[in-house]
Amino acid sequence: MVGQRASRWWTTGGLLILVWALFPLLWMVSLSFKDPNTFRSQTPTFFPSKWVWTNYQTVFSDALFTSALRNSIGISLIATLLSVVIAMFAAYAIARMDYPGKKFLLSMALAIAMFPQAALVGPLFNMWRSLGIYDTWIGLIIPDLTFALPLSIWTMSAFFRQIPWEMEQAAQVDGATAWQAFRRVIVPLAAPGVFTTAILTFFFCWNEFLLAISLTSTNRARTVPAALSFFTGASQFQSPITAIMAASVVVTIPVVLLVLAFQRRIMAGLTAGAVKG
Amino acid sequence: MAEITMKNIVKRYGDGFQAVNDVSLDIADGEFMILVGPSGCGKSTLLRMIVGLEDITSGDMMIGGVRVNKKAPRDRNLAMVFQNYALYPHLTVFENIAFPLRLRKAPESEVRQRVNEAAEMLELTEHLGRRPANLSGGQRQRVAMGRAIVRKADAFLFDEPLSNLDAKLRGQMRTEIARMQRRLGTTTVYVTHDQTEAMTLGDRIAVLRKGVLQQVGSAHQLYEEPANLFVAGFIGSPPMNFVPGRIADGRIETPFGTVAPTSERITRIGDRDLVILGFRPEYFEDYSLVPAGARTRGHTFTVDVDVTEWLGNELYAYVPYEAPEEVTRQLGELERELDSEQMRTQLVVALDPASRIRSGTKAELWFDPERMHVFDAATGDNLTRDPDRTFDDDNVHAGVRTE
Ligand SMILES: Nc1ncnc2c1ncn2[C@@H]1O[C@H](COP(=O)(O)OP(=O)(O)OP(=O)(O)O)[C@@H](O)[C@H]1O
Ligand SMILES: [Mg+2]
Repeated sequence: MVGQRASRWWTTGGLLILVWALFPLLWMVSLSFKDPNTFRSQTPTFFPSKWVWTNYQTVFSDALFTSALRNSIGISLIATLLSVVIAMFAAYAIARMDYPGKKFLLSMALAIAMFPQAALVGPLFNMWRSLGIYDTWIGLIIPDLTFALPLSIWTMSAFFRQIPWEMEQAAQVDGATAWQAFRRVIVPLAAPGVFTTAILTFFFCWNEFLLAISLTSTNRARTVPAALSFFTGASQFQSPITAIMAASVVVTIPVVLLVLAFQRRIMAGLTAGAVKG
Repeated sequence: MAEITMKNIVKRYGDGFQAVNDVSLDIADGEFMILVGPSGCGKSTLLRMIVGLEDITSGDMMIGGVRVNKKAPRDRNLAMVFQNYALYPHLTVFENIAFPLRLRKAPESEVRQRVNEAAEMLELTEHLGRRPANLSGGQRQRVAMGRAIVRKADAFLFDEPLSNLDAKLRGQMRTEIARMQRRLGTTTVYVTHDQTEAMTLGDRIAVLRKGVLQQVGSAHQLYEEPANLFVAGFIGSPPMNFVPGRIADGRIETPFGTVAPTSERITRIGDRDLVILGFRPEYFEDYSLVPAGARTRGHTFTVDVDVTEWLGNELYAYVPYEAPEEVTRQLGELERELDSEQMRTQLVVALDPASRIRSGTKAELWFDPERMHVFDAATGDNLTRDPDRTFDDDNVHAGVRTE
């Protein structure tokens, strides 16, 4: 009886937290469908009285947003790809090999991840200007990498450490070359870790705001989180709020899709059952 | 033909630790060889050198007459069952078993046929579509065996394959492995900690201690004619009792009286100031249960029984005895060096379960002095050993040297 009551409490508590977390999201979606001219009505309603697509039309016809979307996708993908590839090698070395300075390297990576970004903005701004990479993709990818790499390395080495490396030897005894053992046994086992890391890193880059707003000045490299703060709406006389909400919905969609598509991958402890116990 | 011959094999690890020291061992084609020894004695290291996962520091490893020291694991055509199975978690049971065949690009029909054959033999047929994560320990163990037998390897290597199973399953799998090996007739090297597995499974047993081979022989030979104190103490459960003794004028002084054995195996030793005498627990008997004819042949003595344990088919009695302090100290040193626990000044005696001897009573015990083992106190060598003695049901392969 006690167990049942306790579990009911858990359910209720969970629902409350869910509502708490989802409310702003729902509000955002609802606002994005409201008419930009009349959404501040005398009798406010949670859901729009009339569902309109105008806001979406506005954001997609605005060069500020479309270029920002392009920049966001490009910069995040490139930074994620680079970060994951580099982190893969680093994590392999950390998980598999013993070499002097391993501990030092790991703690350095952690220290960088902890480093307050705000402290870097000023120096970077000046440096990037003199190097001529201010307001370029590369100018954002480099600092993104700096902060994404430690995250990737730590996540991935935690995953790699769980791989039963005896598998590799088992495969070799079964007649595999070193490459076949890697390709047919280690890669499938490492894949969930790589996926998870890639997704986390992508979110990190996708959401990055401080550097994006400080190191860009035009549509050339400005990403969506930065661009949102420059939004004005369809005309000067219109409130930009509903349009901003529409833009927010658009940039939230890839995140939600990614999580839904890969949640099984992320959750699955694929290595379960490899060994006895 | 896949006999495995090791000549003066040495393994020194990167940190300078010498894990295997000058091991020479012949394993005949089709033979089932057991490797036993205390933890850390180098069993796994030796096995991994046979299969090629560990470099050989010096010596020759020959498989089927070919020196394989420099060959990669994949070129040795051996199958290994790892201590923790090492199944591929991302593959189904079928694909796990088929893995070695896939690597050789065997045709699909052959893969199917061989996997099904192996699965049938191991009763895995209904689990072929499942993943290792969803199997029980015993099933996983069988999948690991399936992967080993499917490719018709020249030899099987097992590294404590049953050590994590519960006692019942272990017994079941033990007989299954024995049956499988008989049926396939494949050369097998089997590492174990377990007394029962060691005594029942193999044709011969090799005892390893701190990287040094102590003795190779059938279970009977190891039990009845152990080469030294270590083997005598390691094989058998409860272990052999060791007590101090002195040989003077052909008579042996023991803590429970002086005896005068007449058989040649003991008399040839000559007089010695200090020896260690070895008695298996079952060498002792409750005097009242000894047949009248045998009574005069043996030696009878009275002791205080400390504790008895009745196990249904066995009765163990623990008997403390007095030993001179000098000897106790010497035995204590030996004990530490031997990593054996049974060197206290206490006898473990296995009696007929019908015996009326109980804890805290005085008892009359009997033993036949001709059966005892005599060990050199300094070297631990068995002075009464007949190295060439063979036993009727030894399954030693023709042409194999026993040591
Ligand atoms: N990679 C290594 N580097 C250095 N020493 C090692 C290494 N692997 C094993 N050893 C040492 O070699 C000795 C033998 O190890 P091994 O694994 O062969 O023991 P084992 O007989 O299989 O023991 P267990 O019964 O516990 O499995 C041990 O003392 C161990 O500490
Ligand atoms: Mg081992």
